[in-house]
Amino acid sequence: MTPEGKTITERTGDLIIEESFLEVRAKLLEVAATLDRIDRASNETQLSESANEQRALLQQAIEIVRSSSSERATELQHLFSREYKSDWRQTFGL
Amino acid sequence: MDYIDPHIHMVSRTTDDYATLARMGCVAMSEPAFWAGYDRGSVDGFRDYFRQLTDTEPKRAAQYGIQHFTWLCINAKEAENVALSREVIAMIPEFLDCPNVLGIGEIGLNKNTPNEATIFLEHVDLAMKFEQLILIHTPHLEDKYQGTRMILDMLCGDSRVTPDRVLVDHVEEHTIREVLDRGFWAGMTLYPVTKCTPERAVDMIEQTGGERLLANSAGDWGPSKPTAVPDLIFEMRRRGLPESLIRKVVYDNPIEFFSKSKQFTFQRRA
Repeated sequence: MTPEGKTITERTGDLIIEESFLEVRAKLLEVAATLDRIDRASNETQLSESANEQRALLQQAIEIVRSSSSERATELQHLFSREYKSDWRQTFGL
Repeated sequence: MDYIDPHIHMVSRTTDDYATLARMGCVAMSEPAFWAGYDRGSVDGFRDYFRQLTDTEPKRAAQYGIQHFTWLCINAKEAENVALSREVIAMIPEFLDCPNVLGIGEIGLNKNTPNEATIFLEHVDLAMKFEQLILIHTPHLEDKYQGTRMILDMLCGDSRVTPDRVLVDHVEEHTIREVLDRGFWAGMTLYPVTKCTPERAVDMIEQTGGERLLANSAGDWGPSKPTAVPDLIFEMRRRGLPESLIRKVVYDNPIEFFSKSKQFTFQRRA
């Protein structure tokens, strides 16, 4: 981080897209194909409650990826995290 | 470039891995005590493991010019057995004067349970009584954020703990800032599936500047890559980051943190 609070990379957005476009395209295709596979299988057998919850989480994750946030990775991590409660020590009796 | 892997489980690796690491520039490593893949049944099982960490592995590493350091504890996963954990904690001082022991670790939480927290606090107490550095394991996946916050609460709640004598490992995007902001050292673990890729680790270096930040492979018996730190070096070079920054993260920072232990007798290559 620079003293001005900017990140230290000097690479441009153009360069990063050029480097990563095919890789990201492939990852998105994997996500799409996996969701298709789930849907095809779900036509035959209903998803269980826990699988449904996980499927919904994936949908929420996709919404985060679609957003214009500059902290998408951090937001995804929080989506997939258990909640922290500051009074946990009282709950545990510690 | 010479580098140090500050968290790697060489008891799980072959001698060929030592040879490969040496050829890739690894000059030193530190190996925290961890879960063996099964729960051990007695304190003597841990005593034998600590002999392996303090005697066998340093000799194996030295054959390839690598200096081996270690950390001792009973890991969070086995901390559910509170009685055994207390026996192990009582036995650890037998090994603290071994020349390659840097401190207590990797202690932390796994599923964030009361027993894990109890044993964590007892490890911290041991570390403070014997003036040891601490190396922290933070939980995986959905347990990481909650567990990391709980661990920081416990560390900050003990007035004897100095944050710059504690390394908190396995940080990711949602935990790194709080760890660094509270004055602790942070370790990024480059590990397939459950932790962090070299690319995401370099993103975090770019965003934080690399101060008090280390990178490790955590190479162990699971899906892992012992040469992940050279992968990080390669990614940093590919992005055109300065050699001084690369060296800081993979060499200077580990030396600065480990040097807080009087038993870190690292010899730089001439």
